[in-house]
Amino acid sequence: MRWQFSNDAPIYSQLIEQIKVGIVSGMFAPGERLPSVRDLATEAGVNPNTMQRAMTELERDGLVYSQRTAGRFVTEDRTMIEAAKRELAERHIRTFVAAMLRLGYERKEIAALLKQESAEEEKTDVGFGV
Amino acid sequence: MSVLECNGLCKRFGRTEALDRVSFSVEPGRIVGLLGPNGSGKTTLIKLANGLLTPSEGTVTVCGRAPGKESRAAVSYLPERTAIPTWMSTAQLLEFYRDFYPDFRMDAAREMLDHLDIRPGQRIKQMSKGTREKVQLIMVMSRAAQLYLLDEPIGGVDPATRDYILSTIIGNYNPEAAVVISTHLIADVEKVLDEVLFLNRGQLVLQSGVDQIREEKGMSVDALFREVFKC
Repeated sequence: MRWQFSNDAPIYSQLIEQIKVGIVSGMFAPGERLPSVRDLATEAGVNPNTMQRAMTELERDGLVYSQRTAGRFVTEDRTMIEAAKRELAERHIRTFVAAMLRLGYERKEIAALLKQESAEEEKTDVGFGV
Repeated sequence: MSVLECNGLCKRFGRTEALDRVSFSVEPGRIVGLLGPNGSGKTTLIKLANGLLTPSEGTVTVCGRAPGKESRAAVSYLPERTAIPTWMSTAQLLEFYRDFYPDFRMDAAREMLDHLDIRPGQRIKQMSKGTREKVQLIMVMSRAAQLYLLDEPIGGVDPATRDYILSTIIGNYNPEAAVVISTHLIADVEKVLDEVLFLNRGQLVLQSGVDQIREEKGMSVDALFREVFKC
């Protein structure tokens, strides 16, 4: 997993976000056992207490659960993972729309541009024989 | 009990006030950054904590005791300059540390040296500066100490070595022990820290959690540091 951090948000919330992306994208599969806090902290290059805090919050949300001796696991509840995916997507969309509005586009134009963009993507895909 | 505690700690060198009424405590399981510009008193504070200097006023205690023979057994210290005997081989250095410190974890040290492909027969003086610093850090982190005092552990090394040193510190994390890291390379260490202490001209100007700073100020510790210490 590639960990990346920005300077304007708390590290624990960025960890939560990135682990969520890992779960939603299937890098951490439903029911899969997660590496230990220490290993994850070492991999991400962050303080173990900060990683622990992120895990505790993910557990409280229900995306992750722990079994006393066996460790921590990704939830098997696919509806919950789907909901997390939707939430992440909505956040991306809000950021995108805000940026486009700043550029001076209107909502209708943004939708039209998106449609045009995805039509072109499809053409390119066919072009490459995919 | 706090691992490290300072109360009204002062240190004067002649007329220079190197530390001026510094009070704070460090709890077990915390990794704390001691941050400040050059000459702000970081090294003086670390030397007071391990008994290499004595306070002019106030107190400093390690695990409830004044620095001395017993506290030294609980403190693992990485000095500013490389201080391992350069004529020794790595194998001799391991034995040297084992003889000196009952808490030395020989297996942990061997494993870390092995990981870096440092052969037991290699002499310290044949090593590059970066390798020497890595070896010294491995020795320091291989002790099962209660307090690790690391004075500028990432100062003179390349970014890859820096990453290695930081991941060694995280990998050896022990919830019973505390780590104090002094540095001015804040951007590199801030993700590793729980909290930071800002020193300026011998005075403690801020003690706060890293994520607390990011949450309350919406900026990194590095950015806050640049703002506080703007020249």
